[in-house]
Amino acid sequence: MENKIKNKLSLSKKIKEISIHGYFLFNALLVVAILLGIFALLVWSASPAFKEISIREFLFSGNWNPTSYVKESYGTVSMLVSTLLVTIGAMLFAVPISIGTAAFISDLASSRVREIAKPVIEILASIPSVVVGFLGITLVGPFIAKVFHLPDGLNAINGSILLGVMAMPTIISLTEDALKSVPKSYTEASLALGATKWQTIIKVRIPAASSGIVAAVMLGMGRAIGETMTVLMATGCASAMPTSITDSVRTLTSTIAIELGEVAYGSTHYYALFATGLALFLITFAVNMAAEIIFNKKPKL
Amino acid sequence: MIIRKLNSIKEKVGFTLLALCLLTVVAIIVIILGNILINGYSAISLEFLTQMPTDGMTKGGIFPAIVGTFFVTVITAIFSIPLGMSCAIYLNEYAKQNLFTRIIRISIRNLAGVPSIVYGLFGVVLFVQFLHLGTSILSAGLTLSLMTLPLTITASEEALKNIPNSFREGALALGATKWQSIRTNVLPYAIPGMLTGTILGLSRAAGETAPILFTGVAFYLPSLPKTVFDQFMALPYHLYIMATQHHSALDARPIAYGTAIVLIGLVFIMNLGAIILRYRLRKNRKE
Repeated sequence: MENKIKNKLSLSKKIKEISIHGYFLFNALLVVAILLGIFALLVWSASPAFKEISIREFLFSGNWNPTSYVKESYGTVSMLVSTLLVTIGAMLFAVPISIGTAAFISDLASSRVREIAKPVIEILASIPSVVVGFLGITLVGPFIAKVFHLPDGLNAINGSILLGVMAMPTIISLTEDALKSVPKSYTEASLALGATKWQTIIKVRIPAASSGIVAAVMLGMGRAIGETMTVLMATGCASAMPTSITDSVRTLTSTIAIELGEVAYGSTHYYALFATGLALFLITFAVNMAAEIIFNKKPKL
Repeated sequence: MIIRKLNSIKEKVGFTLLALCLLTVVAIIVIILGNILINGYSAISLEFLTQMPTDGMTKGGIFPAIVGTFFVTVITAIFSIPLGMSCAIYLNEYAKQNLFTRIIRISIRNLAGVPSIVYGLFGVVLFVQFLHLGTSILSAGLTLSLMTLPLTITASEEALKNIPNSFREGALALGATKWQSIRTNVLPYAIPGMLTGTILGLSRAAGETAPILFTGVAFYLPSLPKTVFDQFMALPYHLYIMATQHHSALDARPIAYGTAIVLIGLVFIMNLGAIILRYRLRKNRKE
């Protein structure tokens, strides 16, 4: 009799345990479902666009003019080039400064400087993008206008400067992690061979951390490609093929942000914007996956 | 001898360069915060924080934007906290090291890299149209909660990882089931840490504009939202409007700066709360 009760209890307990396990598993699966769902819904919402637009036009034409009276055109090349231009410009200065900062914090700074520097960099990461964009208009813009003698400073350089600043915290903290995970024996071996500390950092530690650093740069780049508000506010958003760095540019993200609010639901233009979003999703996905693969590769020394 | 001297000069130059990098980053932060504070502090007053906008939004306060941001952040919290924490519990307590778990982790990392405007597009299709929630606080909050999810999960898992295994084993050795050991010996110690990460995620959501652009935020509303199905005004969007879309953008500048201060202040207060929580947690553990 006693045994039976015990068995019964343990059975109900077992069911409870399994259902709780199942509940947590369900939540984890939901995360995968969200990622797949984003992809699926983008494909679903983008596909009607290609009944009207040829994929060739979408991918290879530089002419984006969905509201033309004569003939609407939906080429994304100029936006792609703008996005690349602004992103590469951002990386040109953000990468060296970020790696230098990370190297200083991880290898040279006293623990006190480190304790102050890290939260300060976290502050930079927490500043909302719309505030950065606002400063692009009020601070960076007038400055660029003065330097380059332009009527206004809302252009590709402005966007690059802001995006670079926004990508820095990501690159700094991930590079610092990568440097931290370099085995101590490498550093000690290099110093024991008579190399200076500087030589050790440049010739041993940074190369040894290279896979982590490259991954950090890729993730920073992914963030810059997907950033919306700053480029929307600070690059002027003229939808033409950029010919110089002082041209006003319109990226993939800002095109969606500008036009989705004004477009009629169910029109070709509406679907074309989702196709643009799909392109953006695929680009950032590729960049992130590349970062993931590079990060998991152990460097050869 | 000469080589050694050359090397030491090189080293000095190199170290100076690295220090300059850090100084540049710090200078950027000082410029950003300084510029906003210097230009905006005069706009801040009690009326600014507690009154409706007047005179075509060139005067008056930003009260509805503060309220809207508060509501949408609460909705975000309601959806992202349970989901994020549960997912973290699964990953740290239940999941085995296998392909399936790797797929979940890769998904989380990729979700973290999805551009915020793409979350906005997803929200438009799923919440606004498909689920018929309309452009509302609820749609915007749901969209933001998806966006903050990766951050919540990663931070929560970090907190769970910090709980020593002996805590779990102690309970299991006494005959507790897995869930009992998690509930009594893991969660009570991990939850403050999990909340810290969650608050950081929410502070990012509060400052985001792109995901709410098409899911519920409004340019101007004459009255405060009454239900979660109403549209709302929000601080980040208000700043965007004031800076770019306003018919007399220069007249609206003081309000834009003021809004920027309030927005940054809100984000900082949330971050500070998280940091204080983390600090107290560490102190408790030491005792």
